[in-house]
Amino acid sequence: MEKVCYTVGGRTILTDFDMLFERGVNRTILGVSGSGKTTILKLILGLIHPQHGRIFINGLEITGQPEAAYREQRKKIAVVFQGGALFDSMTVGENVGYRLFEEGRLPEARIEEIVREKLRFVGVEPALNLYPAELSGGMKKRVAIARALAADPEYIFFDEPTTGLDPIGVYNIVSLMRRLQQDGKTTLMVTHDLATAFATSQRFSLIHESRLAFEGSEAELRASELYNVKEFLKPTDQSLFV
Amino acid sequence: MRLAAIDQAALRFFADLQDFFLLSWKAFSRIFQRPSYYRDFAIQFDKLGFGSIVICFLTGLFTGMVMALQFLIQLKPFAATSYIGGMVAVTMIKELGPVLASLMVAGRVGSAITAELGTMVVTEQVDAMRVEGTDIIQRLVTARLKAMLLAMPLLTIMTDAVSLLGGYIIAAGYGISPTMYMSSFTQFLFPIDYFEGLIKPLVFGGLITMIACHTGLNTGGGAEGVGAAAKRAVVISSVTVLMVDFFLTKLIVVFR
Repeated sequence: MEKVCYTVGGRTILTDFDMLFERGVNRTILGVSGSGKTTILKLILGLIHPQHGRIFINGLEITGQPEAAYREQRKKIAVVFQGGALFDSMTVGENVGYRLFEEGRLPEARIEEIVREKLRFVGVEPALNLYPAELSGGMKKRVAIARALAADPEYIFFDEPTTGLDPIGVYNIVSLMRRLQQDGKTTLMVTHDLATAFATSQRFSLIHESRLAFEGSEAELRASELYNVKEFLKPTDQSLFV
Repeated sequence: MRLAAIDQAALRFFADLQDFFLLSWKAFSRIFQRPSYYRDFAIQFDKLGFGSIVICFLTGLFTGMVMALQFLIQLKPFAATSYIGGMVAVTMIKELGPVLASLMVAGRVGSAITAELGTMVVTEQVDAMRVEGTDIIQRLVTARLKAMLLAMPLLTIMTDAVSLLGGYIIAAGYGISPTMYMSSFTQFLFPIDYFEGLIKPLVFGGLITMIACHTGLNTGGGAEGVGAAAKRAVVISSVTVLMVDFFLTKLIVVFR
């Protein structure tokens, strides 16, 4: 992302925002709620468009391209949305196989095989024929991960993957993310949950007041003397973030 | 200060209108494009069409009955009650059938479409579909539009037929025979009237769907936003149906 500016309803979300998300380097974007973390994911995906600045995917500029061009780029990316965003009129199996059914390249039997394999990977295979409304929050997140994996993407974006989960749910999601990284997937996560961020990422970006306040490794983040970083890691009563 | 607010509101209105026409153009241009999403079309046709049968049946029946009753009161002093069938037919087929069926469908189906799409927007299901590579206009809007363009004229034909039956039930009470009731149809109705009775529901059906889809896809603000959007869609589509009805009638009168 190069000098990206995004404003909505008169409110500035991002100003001159730069970020490099490289293949093989798992990154977390940190920031308080409402700081514009999810906006960054949506900008990369072309779900919203910046007023200024440029966005590249694999060296190709995608800003200003028609929806069809974005569709091509999105094939390399999968997203696990904050609430799962499972299609509630479809069963778990149909949700997981959605992209494969849409592409129509594989026979139905093969798609079902892949769906079962992905559900087994995330540990919710018995839920194959259930509807999203019948699942718990943690199960929904795991099904969302299975759906993200079905089309074998290069990059997986996670939007607050552990929000609202109990400690066991958080542990399961973190374990799954690590297994995906071992399988060669590159993850980009937005969260304000520091424990999950440190457990799954090598690089960190902190947004504060619509700008990139910090970029670096975990050691650099912890050692940073920047006021905004210190406040984010250890908020006090006088904190800007509280 | 007040001028600035009016200026902002006007800008928002025209931007919305432009967005609406753009969405409508895209949805209509995809009607014959692939993938056809037959399953979605069938589900929507069932929901929009079959689901509205009872409400349109009752609307037609009671409107036909009340129209016949009112006309009989007016025609009796002139000994012209034999024209009752034709008068009910011309009123229902040209005007009330299409308009009332459309208003009923706008209330029942328009709000449902907006609420469904609005919920999908606020729960990020629409974003998820786009990420998964789906053309959301083709899948969510055009499928509903096709279902409505087929269902609305059929529902109107049924409403018209039931209203004529309702009219006859009342007319029979005043000693009008079925032959007399039906023979006056041809004295009042001409081929262009049948055309008018079919073109109107087609236009209204398209408008109701597009307004509902546009409002639904632009929903924001969680559950409260979904409720407000559904209400807005019903109000806008109902008023639009009545306004467009006038202009369509005027246009058809010119070509008579």
